[in-house]
Amino acid sequence: MQQGKPRSGWRAVCAAMVVLGTVPTLGGCINVSAPDKPIVIELNINIRQEVIYKLAADAANTIDENPEIF
Amino acid sequence: MASPIRKSVAAIGIAGAVLALGAGSAAFAQNRDPAYAAARAAGQVGEQTDGYLGVIGNAPADVRAMVKDLNNKRRAVYTEKAAGKSTIEEYAFATACRLILETKPGEKYQAPDGSWKTRDGGAPARDPRCP
Repeated sequence: MQQGKPRSGWRAVCAAMVVLGTVPTLGGCINVSAPDKPIVIELNINIRQEVIYKLAADAANTIDENPEIF
Repeated sequence: MASPIRKSVAAIGIAGAVLALGAGSAAFAQNRDPAYAAARAAGQVGEQTDGYLGVIGNAPADVRAMVKDLNNKRRAVYTEKAAGKSTIEEYAFATACRLILETKPGEKYQAPDGSWKTRDGGAPARDPRCP
């Protein structure tokens, strides 16, 4: 709570600098620029490769056992 | 007069041997429902990267219903088989790796980028996590 006011003050200064296009020369401000490449989010992170390798033979058997649905 | 008979007997024998050899590789096609086999051959359905079938383009309602039914059955099998080994999603993914590899030339499969591709004589484009 005590640091809340000074921080918001710094944020205002930083925001003003960014808006005005000036580069902050003093410490305390971090300038973040947008990347020129698209941000890619990996949605398949829940697929573990080592598990996929271990399941290879099992999966092949499952296909052979259920030919009517594969 | 005996030679034509012998030739025909030999031909029947060869045909029988060819059928016996072909039976193993043709096991899939024989067990599929004719409507499913036809939809695969026509490129109306394809193998997705997640282990389920996908409908390609404006396929008729009966094809869509069939795919939904097959996918429900697949999910049941994946759920049963994954128990104690992996997540259902992982098991389905591992099966997809194999299913895409087993597609026949002319059949559709989903590439890692999500696009539909037609299997040709070469190796299919698969996810790098596939064994």
